[in-house]
Amino acid sequence: MIGFVVFFAWLGFGGDFIFWLATSDAPPAQYHHVFPWFGLVVTTIAILGARYAYRTGPEKILWATGAREVIDPQDDAERQFVNVVEEMAIAAGVPRPRTWIVPDDDPNAFATGHDPKDAHIAVTRGLLAICSRDELQAVIGHELGHVKNLDVRLMTTLAALVGAILLMRDGMGRMMRGGFRVGSSGAGGGGGSGRSGGGKKGGGAGLVIAVLLAAWIISWLVAPLVTQLLALAVSRKREYLADAMSAQFTRNPLALASALEKIERAEAPTTAIKRGSAHLCIADPLGRRLTSSEGWLADRLATHPPMGMRIARLKGMGYAQIKKEQGTLPDTP
Amino acid sequence: MGWVPLILIVVVVLWVVGAYNGLISLKNQTINAFKQIDVQLKRRHDLIPNLVNALKGAMDFEKSTLEAVIQARNQAVKVNAAGPDGIKQISQAENALSSALSRLMVVVERYPDLKATSNIGKLQEELTSTENKVSFARQLYNDTATLYNTKQQQFPTNQVAGLAKAQPAELWEIDDQAERTVPKVDLTSR
Repeated sequence: MIGFVVFFAWLGFGGDFIFWLATSDAPPAQYHHVFPWFGLVVTTIAILGARYAYRTGPEKILWATGAREVIDPQDDAERQFVNVVEEMAIAAGVPRPRTWIVPDDDPNAFATGHDPKDAHIAVTRGLLAICSRDELQAVIGHELGHVKNLDVRLMTTLAALVGAILLMRDGMGRMMRGGFRVGSSGAGGGGGSGRSGGGKKGGGAGLVIAVLLAAWIISWLVAPLVTQLLALAVSRKREYLADAMSAQFTRNPLALASALEKIERAEAPTTAIKRGSAHLCIADPLGRRLTSSEGWLADRLATHPPMGMRIARLKGMGYAQIKKEQGTLPDTP
Repeated sequence: MGWVPLILIVVVVLWVVGAYNGLISLKNQTINAFKQIDVQLKRRHDLIPNLVNALKGAMDFEKSTLEAVIQARNQAVKVNAAGPDGIKQISQAENALSSALSRLMVVVERYPDLKATSNIGKLQEELTSTENKVSFARQLYNDTATLYNTKQQQFPTNQVAGLAKAQPAELWEIDDQAERTVPKVDLTSR
C-alpha cells in the first residue's frame, strides 16, 4: 500500500517538482513555479474519477460478466447455492450477501462490493454443476472470507484507482501533444532569449532536470501497468488469507482443496469474466499457466498464488485436523 | 521533566479506554451470536411441521421416526417458551430434536426411490441447510464467546474486565453422550 502512495505522489507532484527546479534559478521577473497547481489539479481529478468508479464499480463488474441475480431460485442447484450462501453468512457472522449466477460453463466464483452490508457473491453455472455441497460451501466460504476481511472494498478501490490512472494518462497524452504543438510554434518566435538566460548555469542542473523529466514522463506511460502490478501483489496475499477463513468457517479445509483441484482441472478460460476483474475470482479466470508455476516472473504477474501451493496448505490444515481428532492419518488422501 | 508522568497517565488512560471498549464490543457480539442461534432454532421449529406433513403420505412405514421428530419438536418449542433461564434445558431439547432429525435423514437415505420420486429431495436439501444453519450459528457463538472469554482472562485486559462487567460466557456444548457417538452420516446430495 505504501508503494501506491509513493507512486501516486510521484505522478501528481513530480511534475511540479521538476518544473520548480527548472524555474528556481530563473531571473526574478520571470515565472517561478512555487505553487504545485498541477499536482493539485491531477489529484482532484483522480479523486473524483476514483470516487465515481468506486461507487459504480460492483454493478459494472456484475454487468460486464452478464450475471443474473438469484432472487427466487428456479431449480435445485440454485436453491442449494442460495442456501449455502445463507449458511456461510451465518458462519461468518455477516449479513447475507446478494447472490448472482454467471452463465458460463467454466467453474469460477468471485465476490465484490463495498463492505459486508453491501456485498455480492457470484458463481458460474459450471461451478454449481461440478461441486458437491461441501465443496460449494468451501468456495462460498472463501468468497465470504474476502467479504469479511474487507478485501472486496480494497479490490474495488484498487480497480477504481487503476481506472482513474488510465483516464488521467489518456488526458495527459492529449494535453502533452497539444502542449508540444504550442511550444514548438512559440519557440520559432522567442527561442533566442530563453536560451541565453539558462545557458550560463552549469549543464549539471539541466541534465538532472532532463533526466527527471524523462523519468516522470515514462512513469506516466507505464502507470497503468505499475498500478496493476501493485494491485496483483495485494490480491495474491489475500488469497491465502481467504482460504484460511474458508477453513475456519466450514471446519473442512479438505473440501476447499478438492474444490480447487476440480476448478484447476477444468481450466478452460472463463470467457464471461474479463481481464479487468480477474483478481476478484477464486481462480485465475484466464487460465494462464502462470498460476500453476512458481518463480519470480510468475510471482509478479499472476493474480493468484500457485494453485499447488494453496492446495498443499489446505491439505496440511486438513490432515492436522484429522490427526488431532482421530490420532491417525487416513490411508487414502 | 514534569511531562513524563503526564504522558504516562495519558497513555494508560487511552489503553484503559481501548481495552474497555474492546471488551464491550466483544460482549455485545457474543450476545448477538447467541440470539442468532435462537433465530435459526425458531426457523427450524417452523419448518418441521411442513416437512412432516410432506413426508406423512410418502412414508407410512416409518411412523415412529416421524412421531419422534414431532415430539422432540414440540418439546423444544415448549422449553423455549419457558424463558431464557436455562441454556442447558434449551440445548438438551434442541439436541434431542437434532438427533431425531438425523435419524429421519438416515431413514430417508435408506429409500432411494423415495428421494427420486417426490419432492423429498428438495425437502432434504432444506433440512440439510437448516441443520447446517443451526450448527454454524452455534459455531459462530462458540468462536465469539471463546474470543471474549480469552480476552477477559488474559493479562493485561483482565484488569479492566471487572470495570466492563465481563463474565465468562457459557459455550454451547453437546452434553448428550448418545449424540456425541452418532456415526457421521453423509447427507450431502451430490
